[in-house]
Amino acid sequence: MSKSVIEHSVASETFNKDESYVNWHDETLWFVRQKRDKSAMQLPEWEELRETASQIKHYVLSHMDDLLQSFEAKAKENGIHVHWAADAAEHNEIVLGLLKKHNIDKLVKSKSMLTEECHMNDFLIQNGVDVIDSDLGERIVQLRNEPPSHIVLPAIHLKKKDIGDLFHEFLGTEAGATDPQYLTEAARQHLRDKFLTRRAALTGVNFAVAETGGFVVSTNEGNADMGAHLADIHIACMGFEKIIPKQEHLGVFLRLLARSATGQPITTYSSHFKTPREGQEMHIVILDSGRSAQLGREDFRNSLKCIRCGACMNTCPVYRRSGGHSYHNAVAGPIGSILAPNLDMTKNADLPFASTLCGSCSNVCPVKIDIHEQLYKWRQVLVKGGYVPKGKEMGVKAMSVVLSNPRFYQWSGKLGRSVMRAMPFVVNNGLNPWYKQREMPEAPTESFRDWYVRNRRE
Amino acid sequence: MSSREKILQQIKLNKPAETELPSRINFDSNYENTEVKFIETLAAVYTEVIVATSLADLKMKVSEMYTGVVNRATTIPFLSDWADFSLNISDPHDLETIEIAVLQAEFGVAENGAVWISDNHLPHRALPFITQNLAFVIPRNKIVNNMHDAYQILADTTGWGCFISGPSKTADIEQSLVIGAHGARSLVIFLLEEGF
Repeated sequence: MSKSVIEHSVASETFNKDESYVNWHDETLWFVRQKRDKSAMQLPEWEELRETASQIKHYVLSHMDDLLQSFEAKAKENGIHVHWAADAAEHNEIVLGLLKKHNIDKLVKSKSMLTEECHMNDFLIQNGVDVIDSDLGERIVQLRNEPPSHIVLPAIHLKKKDIGDLFHEFLGTEAGATDPQYLTEAARQHLRDKFLTRRAALTGVNFAVAETGGFVVSTNEGNADMGAHLADIHIACMGFEKIIPKQEHLGVFLRLLARSATGQPITTYSSHFKTPREGQEMHIVILDSGRSAQLGREDFRNSLKCIRCGACMNTCPVYRRSGGHSYHNAVAGPIGSILAPNLDMTKNADLPFASTLCGSCSNVCPVKIDIHEQLYKWRQVLVKGGYVPKGKEMGVKAMSVVLSNPRFYQWSGKLGRSVMRAMPFVVNNGLNPWYKQREMPEAPTESFRDWYVRNRRE
Repeated sequence: MSSREKILQQIKLNKPAETELPSRINFDSNYENTEVKFIETLAAVYTEVIVATSLADLKMKVSEMYTGVVNRATTIPFLSDWADFSLNISDPHDLETIEIAVLQAEFGVAENGAVWISDNHLPHRALPFITQNLAFVIPRNKIVNNMHDAYQILADTTGWGCFISGPSKTADIEQSLVIGAHGARSLVIFLLEEGF
């Protein structure tokens, strides 16, 4: 099996080299999770809201074609051009085509995980279009030539010193400066110039409303609006699962989204676009790229309910200690790990294994996706399909033999304990994966079973 | 077959059995005092809320608050002689030098401090974002409890509208909150008792 990506477990090892850095990453994300809890607990109806959102999204899954068609009809009535893209390549060609038609070679873009998924920036740059990401975190990772490591907090893997050094090199800030206020101001000036000079803006879509043909874009920085309202042409890109039936459903989703993401009661800006402004051209690109296939997978279709809040990442003990880049997918963390195998089982076979199956992701998910159950189910699909390295399969098979033969289990336990006591170096070394970042426990002199048998006799 | 047809056909083939929409989608928030909740929520996002008893009172307070500031714009006719920047322009890029914009907005939402502003009262959509500092004026009796209530008001929407809660902000550098990312660096909300 050939793989062009570094497996999650290998990449995590690199991420874990600096213990204080990993601890910082872990604690920072846990802090965001705690803010989410505090915010959620202020609403007595929180659990009902989650259930309602989940049911609305289920309705969406089961009426997807009708809703998309009514959205399209309304959007067209409102003067918006609607495009359909079967895959990433078609999506990128549509965007490039629109820019070429207007002789535009510079684009300002706000956050869109979808364009990350399509690797649109690389494609446009290869075709002579200069793309500037305008979300501060995205601009930071773009200058570093890296993808975002988190869907809501793109630069969460970086320390302010990294950003200070980066801005010194690219934006001419003072060497050694690390004050976030100062660095943000430098980015504001740098990007303001882009907003004022770029004729085309691309934004993502948080929610598209079938009833009105409108769509909502949420940001804290105001970058989506700055781009869209100043540009001659606004292109909004969405996966088809972003559709919701009615405008009043936004009441449910906007109450859940920011609280789940960062603990804010709402993002600073929730911009509702319905018609282009006078003299402006507005386009929507609706992307499939494997989503319709996922819709057909009964065990996994609920993953399409995702509203991209990132709560499952902030709470995940594996994500917090391995970082977003270890997932080698545009969407990282637990949700990314159940979306990615649908796109490419060979490349992403490792991801459903990057989990302890603790279930914390499912507990915080605002639309109640059964994330940890899907992780478990993907493992089975991937092993059956032959996508998992033989070593892992053999290990699990060996374990199954041991666990299903009581005598063999007792004997091997005894053997293991005496080996660990007599020759601890056999397990306390780098060859044992359980020894990494851990001290092996001291082996007990007897097993629980031995103890139980002995005490019952007495 | 076009991509559109291909996608729709594939969806039709693969979608799950039909389910219904939930019967209840709106929830009540029973705050003791809606305005107090609104003010508290906004304080947490660095936004001051000031009551103005009349348009004359508003003008006095606005003049006082932004003394010495040049490039002042407003959409409120009563404040037109206070403003020194005309919004009578065609290219929104010309708005880039505005320092303070005092804008009429429609209503506020107590649970999250958001204010709804739309094409209804706005000559340029870019205005609330491009201005360095921002102030909204809403009728004092136009604060609803939560977003469900808000969407009851918004049954009929305009071409564009936005909920804005607080000044522009980011925490993308090591999770340190910084006010003034790309949009307004400050936001003040005036609750007008009478005049609109």
